[in-house]
Amino acid sequence: MATAVATHAHPATSTGLDHRKIAIWAFIGSECMLFASLISTYLIYKGRSVVGPYPHEVCDPAVLGAVKCPTKMNAILNIPVTSMSTFVLLMSSLFMVLALAAVENRGKPGYEGLLGSSKFWLMATAIAGTTFLGFQAFEFTSFVHEGLTIRTNLFGSSFFTLTGFHGAHVTAGVLWLLTLFAIDVKRGLQPKDALLVDISALYWHFVDVVWIAIFTLVYLIR
Amino acid sequence: MPDHHDEFTHTNPEIDVHAMGEVHEHPTWKQYKWVALILTVITVVEVWAYYVPSFVASPAFVPILLIMSALKFAIVVAFYMHLKYDHKIFRALFTGPLMIAMATLISLLFLFGKFAGR
Repeated sequence: MATAVATHAHPATSTGLDHRKIAIWAFIGSECMLFASLISTYLIYKGRSVVGPYPHEVCDPAVLGAVKCPTKMNAILNIPVTSMSTFVLLMSSLFMVLALAAVENRGKPGYEGLLGSSKFWLMATAIAGTTFLGFQAFEFTSFVHEGLTIRTNLFGSSFFTLTGFHGAHVTAGVLWLLTLFAIDVKRGLQPKDALLVDISALYWHFVDVVWIAIFTLVYLIR
Repeated sequence: MPDHHDEFTHTNPEIDVHAMGEVHEHPTWKQYKWVALILTVITVVEVWAYYVPSFVASPAFVPILLIMSALKFAIVVAFYMHLKYDHKIFRALFTGPLMIAMATLISLLFLFGKFAGR
């Protein structure tokens, strides 16, 4: 399966593998530990906020008493909106693998159309990522309007830190995708560039799997 | 979709598949479609479960949600990130830190008494 032509070949390595791909996997491994620490912090602080708003719990002074619950508050997490953003991010991963496949199969019969257009799939992935960020901006803004900021309580601090870090990663991913798109427009991404797209795809999918964990642990589990 | 679209193989001589660490051929377009569909269905089931009060109140709610989430995580990593098909070094570089991360998370939850009284 290995190829005879490798004019773009990487310098010789002891593993025979390109250092850039090893580096991105090592980076992703370290990111696992970063997000595990942020998720741990969120879960440890969960249910320990002294004042609202709370993620799932409805705060009603008539039920809980005016001391524990001075003002009436509804559960703040908006599951329908977040479900939509989760779906968008999942679809972006599909677009990303199609972008990689389009680059790898450039020039092969049947890849002249939309399926073989790496520009289309890269832009579709970037748009999906930007849409996800739009959902997140909407969520953050509505939380602030409802009285939840990073300084309000333990839930606000841990929630904004965790999802904010994830949003920053998505932002970096979108910029990376747009850079690849610009290269594709300028000179066209060729099969020899597949590794560049592969590395960015790995990062993008990692951002997706982190959200899969966050969606369940933060949004769905009460 | 013509048949040749189902052949996402790397027979292109310009791709150094060895440097990319590809031990087996990547999934086909059909497989990618199925993966996307399965991920969507699992997500729909997760959200549906959230809105069923009797299920939310049952002790199975959290474990089942965690299993579904882990399944989605594994599917994306195996198929979209190609870990199922790529070199074992990449698998080690990912699963090693992931195990450490999960062990740390669970240890911290124990340490701070999150499992106390269950």
